[in-house]
Amino acid sequence: MVNPVNRFPRIRVEADALSCTRGGRAIFRDISFSIGAGRMLAVTGPNGAGKSSLLRIMAGLLEPAGGRLEFRAESGSAEEAESPVHYLGHLDGLKPAMSLRENLRYWCRIYDRPAGQDDLEAATGRLGIGHALDLPVGVFSAGQRRRAGLARIMLAPRPVWLLDEPTSALDRDGEATLGKLMDEHLQSGGVIVAATHLDLPVRADLTLDMAVPA
Amino acid sequence: MSLLAAIIAQTVRLGIRAGGGALVGLIFFLAVVAVVPFGVGPDLNLLSRIGPAILWIGVLLASLLGLERLFSADREDGSLDLYIASGEPIVLLVLGRAVGHWLATGLPIVVAAPVLGLMLNLSPVALGAVTLTLFAGSPALTFIGAVGAALTAGLQRGGMLIAVLVLPLSVPVLIFGVMATNGAVYDPDPFTAPFLILCAFSLGSAVLAPLAGALALRVAME
Repeated sequence: MVNPVNRFPRIRVEADALSCTRGGRAIFRDISFSIGAGRMLAVTGPNGAGKSSLLRIMAGLLEPAGGRLEFRAESGSAEEAESPVHYLGHLDGLKPAMSLRENLRYWCRIYDRPAGQDDLEAATGRLGIGHALDLPVGVFSAGQRRRAGLARIMLAPRPVWLLDEPTSALDRDGEATLGKLMDEHLQSGGVIVAATHLDLPVRADLTLDMAVPA
Repeated sequence: MSLLAAIIAQTVRLGIRAGGGALVGLIFFLAVVAVVPFGVGPDLNLLSRIGPAILWIGVLLASLLGLERLFSADREDGSLDLYIASGEPIVLLVLGRAVGHWLATGLPIVVAAPVLGLMLNLSPVALGAVTLTLFAGSPALTFIGAVGAALTAGLQRGGMLIAVLVLPLSVPVLIFGVMATNGAVYDPDPFTAPFLILCAFSLGSAVLAPLAGALALRVAME
């Protein structure tokens, strides 16, 4: 089993009057929230409300049009925690020509968390794709890809999880596993920000409801 | 260092796997060079005179082949998002992809060049010279091409655009590459100066291209 011990600093995420503009159009304006270690924020709203854009800004993939976003270590040192986030978008960054094992190894090396044979087997086994470690990812179903994306996140512990529609393509069993993983992450002091229009397997501490701007 | 090694290793693996394009580049190079004697006729003196230039042009064209997928694949499968979210510098991704691409596609072509040179009636000295100059100069072609690949990463069909962008920028490399090769073969022509300039192109582009490519990828993300 991958041991969910506390291997990252406790982090507080603070957003102050964030706004986002895409293609000259304001997607959202003045979004503020503050969420501490061990808590989960659910971002809800209809399509086009800017849920994904908010997560992409938090992941550093988009520049906010205005406002401030901070990842602060909760304990003592005021310095910003470096590269604290895991981003799970609708694509899982898997190379179709390579096996699941090679794909996961690659990401572990990028995250500088070398994964041994046991770690890989434990993580994929838990997600029900252990038998597919040596298959090329090109033959995976959408649900299996999503599970592979979750394995990537499990293998390299980071304090902040940004989940964009995490339950998409997952079956009931996969949702239950995702729920357990999210619970464990929160237990060990992580932060989760999840954007979704469906019910999440874990109850959120805070909800941010985004409306489409008039 | 481990990060860069991981990116290079993945790029090489993807390059030489089925559909990766390394073998296609090599065969394309073979085809380009083999077509020339049919075009200019069996004049051995003429062939040995223009042989180095033909090999260089063949390498230039073949180096364009695999570039289209170098970053657009990363963009499409989400790897680019995840890489940027990981907080690691994009410069290293561009550098690693370019080096890996050269190892998988550029190096085999350089190794094949002297074999194809035999078809063009090159003298042993010319064979050695063209291989040496290609070895020194082809990294510059790949690095310049990587910038073009990064610029077109966000486009649906960027392949032709890469060729249009990259070929004019590659002209100086071609000029000094052929000049240095001829310098080694014909006596009064200079060899050292153009060869060193060629090396400078490769080293300079190894520094500048990752910076330019990272900027281009950032823009392509928007």
